[in-house]
Amino acid sequence: MNQVAVPLALQRACPAPAPLQLPVLRERGQHEVFCGLTGIVWLHRKLQDAFFLVVGSRTCAHLVQSAAGVMIFAEPRFGTAILTERDLAGLADANEELDRVVTQLVARRPEIRTLFLVGSCPSEVIKLDLAKAAERLSARLLPAVRVLSYSGSGIETTFTQGEDNALLSLVPILPATEARQLLVVGCVADVIEDQFRRTFEALGIGPVQFLPGRRAANLPSVGPGTDLLLAQPFNGATVRALAARGARVLGAPYPIGAEGTSAWFGAACAAWGVADERRTAVLDGPARRAARSLQRHREWLAGKRLFLLPDSQLEIPIARFLHRELGMELIEVGTPYLDRTMIEAELPLLPPGVALSEGQDVERQLDRVRAARPDLTICGLGLANPLEADGFATKWSIELVFTPIHGYEQAADLAEVCARPLRRRALLTV
Amino acid sequence: MQLTLWTYEGPPHVGAMRVAASMRDVHLVLHAPQGDTYADLLFTMIERYDHRPPVSYTTFQARDLGGETAALAKRSIAEAYARFQPSLLLVGESCTAELLQDQPGTLGMTLGLPVPVVGLEMSAFSKKENWGASETLYQMVRAVLSDRACVPTPPLRRTPLVNILGPTALGFRCRDDIVEVDRLLAQLGIEVNAVVPLGATVDDLRRLPDASFNIDLYPEVSRPTAQWLERAFGMPYTRTVPIGTSATREFVAEVAQLAGVDPRPVLAGEHPGTAGLASSQSRAPWYARSVDSTYLTGKRVFIFGDATHALAAARIATETMGFEVVGLGTYSRERARDVREAAAALGISALVSDDYLEVEQAVAAAGPELVLGTQMERHIAKRMGIPCAVISTPIHVQDVPARYSPAMGFEGANVLFDSWVQPLMMGLEEHLLQMFRGDFEFHDAAPASHLAATGRPASDGRQPSDAPGDAPGDTPAAADTATGWTPEGERELRKIPFFVRAKARRNTERFAAERGLAAITVETLYEAKAHFGR
Repeated sequence: MNQVAVPLALQRACPAPAPLQLPVLRERGQHEVFCGLTGIVWLHRKLQDAFFLVVGSRTCAHLVQSAAGVMIFAEPRFGTAILTERDLAGLADANEELDRVVTQLVARRPEIRTLFLVGSCPSEVIKLDLAKAAERLSARLLPAVRVLSYSGSGIETTFTQGEDNALLSLVPILPATEARQLLVVGCVADVIEDQFRRTFEALGIGPVQFLPGRRAANLPSVGPGTDLLLAQPFNGATVRALAARGARVLGAPYPIGAEGTSAWFGAACAAWGVADERRTAVLDGPARRAARSLQRHREWLAGKRLFLLPDSQLEIPIARFLHRELGMELIEVGTPYLDRTMIEAELPLLPPGVALSEGQDVERQLDRVRAARPDLTICGLGLANPLEADGFATKWSIELVFTPIHGYEQAADLAEVCARPLRRRALLTV
Repeated sequence: MQLTLWTYEGPPHVGAMRVAASMRDVHLVLHAPQGDTYADLLFTMIERYDHRPPVSYTTFQARDLGGETAALAKRSIAEAYARFQPSLLLVGESCTAELLQDQPGTLGMTLGLPVPVVGLEMSAFSKKENWGASETLYQMVRAVLSDRACVPTPPLRRTPLVNILGPTALGFRCRDDIVEVDRLLAQLGIEVNAVVPLGATVDDLRRLPDASFNIDLYPEVSRPTAQWLERAFGMPYTRTVPIGTSATREFVAEVAQLAGVDPRPVLAGEHPGTAGLASSQSRAPWYARSVDSTYLTGKRVFIFGDATHALAAARIATETMGFEVVGLGTYSRERARDVREAAAALGISALVSDDYLEVEQAVAAAGPELVLGTQMERHIAKRMGIPCAVISTPIHVQDVPARYSPAMGFEGANVLFDSWVQPLMMGLEEHLLQMFRGDFEFHDAAPASHLAATGRPASDGRQPSDAPGDAPGDTPAAADTATGWTPEGERELRKIPFFVRAKARRNTERFAAERGLAAITVETLYEAKAHFGR
């Protein structure tokens, strides 16, 4: 991945960064983590005029469907062009076949404005050039449909990096602007987007745009006057590409928990010269309310020992929140991929000496879980029931991705989701 | 290239996983990239396994593609053996690994492990899940029995021995079907030698030829193995699958004949064509003949599933329930011919397809009153407001019930009767609906009164409107102004998931009332939320 240096100017709202020399355990082995295709599950709900066409195998189709739990949408706005032996025999044919499938799809779904061709492990391995295919198809289908491409393959991406690649594919087509504006980067639930918009409005910060917004055809603009505020920690490539178009990153912790949310808005306030009194007037009420709501979960979580297995790259902000605002002890914070530039403002907030791990050897990691006997383990769905049966309380990590957890009003929801397994264990006597 | 939205079957290596996960001492190493571990959750979540499926993944990455992948596969196989110590190691590939041509099966065999290593060729770009399961079972049985190519006829025994082939993890009701079939065999004085693969060990595979014949319980999975055992060891296999009362009786007759035993311990109590509880061990025939069931007559039913369960359902629908089968189809192309024949006998043409949209169109065109299908058809039926029961894989968590609920044998016939009738409107209720079409509770779109509301927008807890046909929609009614919701507050409330919205509404209104707030704003909503928590 290309490393474009991004000045992450840390703001007043968060403490000065400690030297980033936390030891990280890097592991290679079986990764019990989804691939980037899974991001389609939430991206297609957010981008209401987009269709995601995976060019892959039956495995890809089965994965997206299993991760989504078959949903009841009449026709989901995602699908798979399943490669067959005929496609593998000759690439020229594969391109023709792809054009045929896309034509069929566009005819069937005339309301689609943006079509993402999503690369997969098999399409990468046979070197099917989807970028070229997207250009070719765009030339034919524009202005009705714009065709873009990105890779969600497991050989190149882990789970949430699929969103990063999807957003990255949008960056070159974002309109240019010189105007001063704030751009929030990372997919958040609509209810969160609305809450954030109201808060920015109250702070007098604006115009504010979101990437992604609710329509892929209605894109935010970007340019030298754009300040970026990052809602998700996994969009590193997108952020670097936006920076390359002149945008400036406002370094801040992620808006997870009351503290993170205050620091996040605080970074925007500092950059936009919002007066302290106004900032306090707008943020203090919700911050105090969030802190109050956390109290009832604190009694369940404080002092409890937490082990996070790698999943969404949200592990570090979530661990920071559970440690600092709910008093949990961190045994190990696993993350599938550690992009230091993206978590520069988070690392100093972790307790000194915390065990960070990147990548995974699931067998060895489970050995460590069993040895450490955590009070709560945050892990994927494939591991949760087996760990429960071994006597460990678990929280499925995917719920933390599919539930609104950002912002003040959701801080207690996130705490509740983590406290629930413990509360439930206390309830059941059977 | 085939455009697919939902798939009925996973890739073939998921079939291999189902076989490995069924066995007690087998481990499967899959040469696969990151992401393919998703399949673990099918077992741990849908079937609520309390252990991980015995599968390891090599997790190769783009940077390994230069030539490191074969070494990685070899290392993973060695590590999996060292850690899990299985009695037999299966080595397979997911689709992408097939393209690399690392031959992990061959690599595994060169490691000199002290247990059989079976390499699987899964043809991921042409085959599917059930084929993968049947191929894996066949290859594994062949490998274990390779040194037993021809055995003398088993010694004469007082009780005949039989194998049950085909039940697997993530199959439809396999767990309970085994118990039910076992019970039938016990009534006939036949002993079960081995059940394969569900719950089996590699030793059980070795003992397969000790039995005198095989029960081919799930032909989608076990037919190639049954055929090979017949060729190699002269073991015949059954052709009847005991789903439904009639098929169960025929199965008993077939098994008794193959075992050379008297079928009367079971069949003496079976009186086809008669009424009353004494007509069968199963209550289903009498329930179907009871006057309460007359309303079932001629109900239009659409059937879709794997071939075994679709064929069985078509027979039960006509012979036991008195339904009219208006659609019959399968995604099992391997057995398309059987399904086409059955459909032709019913005067319809079979739908052989794994295209979910084609099935949906066929359901819409047939206009059935009941759909018997897979979890896909459950969604189709739900959207169309048609009652539905699931009869076949693919399944979801609700199709793996805690209670005993076989599909096979006499108890299975009871279970099917109940589960097909339950979604329907009861007889008299249906009549009243016909009589009072304009009735606000009994209007056409109203669901059966014993069922939770379906096919209507999820209620958010407000009182339903009194006017017929006025569905509880999203427009705030006059009543809401009385409770003080501002338009913004109301809009915000609607962003809360419907299943907790009613509670949020109640709590917020209580909160506002207790504080004497006249208007419920967005702020009130969140104040209340913070106050009550969850």
